[in-house]
Amino acid sequence: MQMAWLYGLLGGLMIGTAGAILLLGAGRVMGASGIVGGLIDGTGQDRSSTIAFLVGLIGLPAVMTAAGWQVDTHATSQLWLLVLGGLAVGIGTRFANGCTSGHGVCGLSRLSLRGLVATLAYIGAGAATVTALRMGLGL
Amino acid sequence: MRALVSLLSGAFFGAGLHVSGMTDTNRVRGFLDFAGAWDPTLAFVMGGAILPMVLAWRLTRGRQPLTGNAFPDRPSQEITRPLIIGSVLFGVGWGLVGLCPGPALASITYGGWQGALFLAAMLGGMWAVPPLRRALDTRSAGA
Repeated sequence: MQMAWLYGLLGGLMIGTAGAILLLGAGRVMGASGIVGGLIDGTGQDRSSTIAFLVGLIGLPAVMTAAGWQVDTHATSQLWLLVLGGLAVGIGTRFANGCTSGHGVCGLSRLSLRGLVATLAYIGAGAATVTALRMGLGL
Repeated sequence: MRALVSLLSGAFFGAGLHVSGMTDTNRVRGFLDFAGAWDPTLAFVMGGAILPMVLAWRLTRGRQPLTGNAFPDRPSQEITRPLIIGSVLFGVGWGLVGLCPGPALASITYGGWQGALFLAAMLGGMWAVPPLRRALDTRSAGA
């Protein structure tokens, strides 16, 4: 896509607006892993709000896709990558208490040291993994 | 009312991920590929998302949320082992596939069986963490 950076910036502003709405409107930090993780392991509060959040998160992209704005995820079809990757993301984000949205967007914007350390750690580990896969296995 | 606010936030989040290209694993893995054909898009997404949030955190001072009781307390700033080990593990999984929790959910209706399998594994991993934590705590308490 041409001008990917512009779509990135625009989409980013929307993501930040989403976080601002949830914070100012409901007093909640918009962390995807915390919101869905709390629902999965039963530690989360305010189930109805969590479900409403997920309906919006999943529903609007579905509507946009149906309306003709299609995005190809280009995800790998290697079973082991999908299973290992999913497990690592699920376990890692819950141990770290946050992911790209919680530690990254919400943490960095309040100058959180924990958010900064987490963000540097997952970007560093992600970069090492992508480089190793490309050089080692050609994936 | 809280549910309505949450629905609106989720919808903005999902649309933002869709528009920004962050549900395309090639873009995300391209950002992580610093040694290859680097794709800077994710940096613009992160920068764009941080701007409204800086403003939002400022607006929390001396105020109450529109619905609900109070803003979250500032969490501890302690750098712990679970924070670092968990984030590294998350990063490895992120690099393997190119999906993190938000995009994995936002793309579930169009991500095919690959997206569904990744999400299932992710949710399984999240579900396993409380018992895993208890087992680790017991072991370290016994040692």
